Amino acid sequence: MKQFRKMVYPYLLWSTVVIAVPMLLILLYAFTSGGNSVSKFMFSLHNFKRFLTDKTFLEVLYRSLRIAVETTVVCVLLGYPAAYIIAKYSEKVKMRWVLVITLPTWINMLVRTYAWTGILQEDGVINSFLGLFGIGPVTFMYTDFAVILGMVYNFLPFMIIQIYTSLTKMDYSLIEAASDLGANPRKCFTKVTLPLSMPGVISGITLVFLPSVSSFCIPRMLGGGSYVMVGTIIESQFLTAGDWNFGSAISLIMAIIIMISMYITKKVDKGEKLEAINA
Amino acid sequence: MSKKKKKIGSTVFMVLMVLFLYAPIIYTMVFSFNEGKSLTNFTGFSLKWYSKMFANKTMMESLFYTIACAVLATAISTVAGTITAIGLSKSRRAVKSVVEQLNQLPIMNPEIVTAIGLLMLFSAIHIEKGFFTMLVAHIMFCIPYVILSVMPKLRTLNPNIAEAAMDLGATPWQALTKVIVPQCMPGIISGALIAFTMSFDDFVISYFVTGNGVSNISILVYTESRRVNPSINALSTLIVLIITVALILVNVIPSIASKKEAKLAVDKDI
Repeated sequence: MKQFRKMVYPYLLWSTVVIAVPMLLILLYAFTSGGNSVSKFMFSLHNFKRFLTDKTFLEVLYRSLRIAVETTVVCVLLGYPAAYIIAKYSEKVKMRWVLVITLPTWINMLVRTYAWTGILQEDGVINSFLGLFGIGPVTFMYTDFAVILGMVYNFLPFMIIQIYTSLTKMDYSLIEAASDLGANPRKCFTKVTLPLSMPGVISGITLVFLPSVSSFCIPRMLGGGSYVMVGTIIESQFLTAGDWNFGSAISLIMAIIIMISMYITKKVDKGEKLEAINA
Repeated sequence: MSKKKKKIGSTVFMVLMVLFLYAPIIYTMVFSFNEGKSLTNFTGFSLKWYSKMFANKTMMESLFYTIACAVLATAISTVAGTITAIGLSKSRRAVKSVVEQLNQLPIMNPEIVTAIGLLMLFSAIHIEKGFFTMLVAHIMFCIPYVILSVMPKLRTLNPNIAEAAMDLGATPWQALTKVIVPQCMPGIISGALIAFTMSFDDFVISYFVTGNGVSNISILVYTESRRVNPSINALSTLIVLIITVALILVNVIPSIASKKEAKLAVDKDI
């Protein structure tokens, strides 16, 4: 069977060129200045200094993180009950609900985001509905609300499916045992179900936070042209400003922040588990 | 009583959830048949925006590029991914872990990071941005998903069967195509489906690596969304239709095929 081993080599070469080299190029550009000509490369930390000392850039970074955190929190608050309800249904109904939740994710994200622009207009459906009660018109478009709504709309199914999966993998006899030993339903949930479903919540958070913090089409479409997030700065550095060194440095900072937040989330999860064991 | 109340509560919650997930899509589809230009006021039924869409050269071109790119990227990445996955299942651990680490990069990295990396790669080796670069980028991010969906099937495969085939005189090529590949077909098909929809729906990476007037529908929706253009609604409806048909085909064909097989088997028995 060793003859099949050779079948990996073409892909090894391919992935080195199209996956590894681009990452190295980002590192190279981030730590150099002097534009796109290779001969002029010089090592410098100028790009990082520029980002970390400029107040406007830091404000943009703060806003991106805030929007991503708020999106993630809303997704957990909406996604957990949904996953919990689905997990309680019978086997057949469950499968149907999983299909209902995942189906929209197969449809183009741009199309789904675009759909909201008509709904959120000043004379849109929501405002005409609010108008019946004499409220409004409320400005939804081009606000934080519209951007968070767009992100929740796009990423909520990932959260639901992750939590649902961990809930269905759970050993239900543990809950029965807890209630036999005198725990009331609330205690059963907080002491047994919730901790056991934490891995699903954590991977759901990863799947929502990561695309939210780096997204640039949702803020552009629902937040408008002047709504700046980290993703939109990177886009403009590469496609309009043409400062690839600075753009690479921002991407690197963003990637590092994402890695750190993933690390913290995992640590928190582990810490809680240890606490549970010690208790 | 409280149990009943709880049940009503959860039903209401789930109905609202479905409304939230589906209403915007249905809204777009309904307004694609609107007579007027408004996205908020339905004035009457018409197919005007569909005929406008089919007459719009840029829209038809980007639709063509999207489908061509998705079909080519799916075909190439499914074949390449399957070959690599089979090779990986026989490889030494070191090679395996290198490939797995590399594959994690485009999956874990934010799309925009992958996109700018590719943009700089193409410019460094002086390849002009266009359909070719978009296709290369799509193949790049599709293969890891194909490998991921074929690998579990290979792991459950009994290696002795392929050995037995070769002991009985099959060439390695025959062992591959007649024994190994048919056994991981479900994994290959689901890998191809993921690849197709990922390529068909891709925006961020395509947006950075394409050029020279080549765009896909995601890029078109993005650039057109700034002004009111109900043809976009018609295009959206078309996209939803294409994806739905693709999903139905993938779910229906294997079950029809297996039913036919079962029927043939029964016929033979008789």
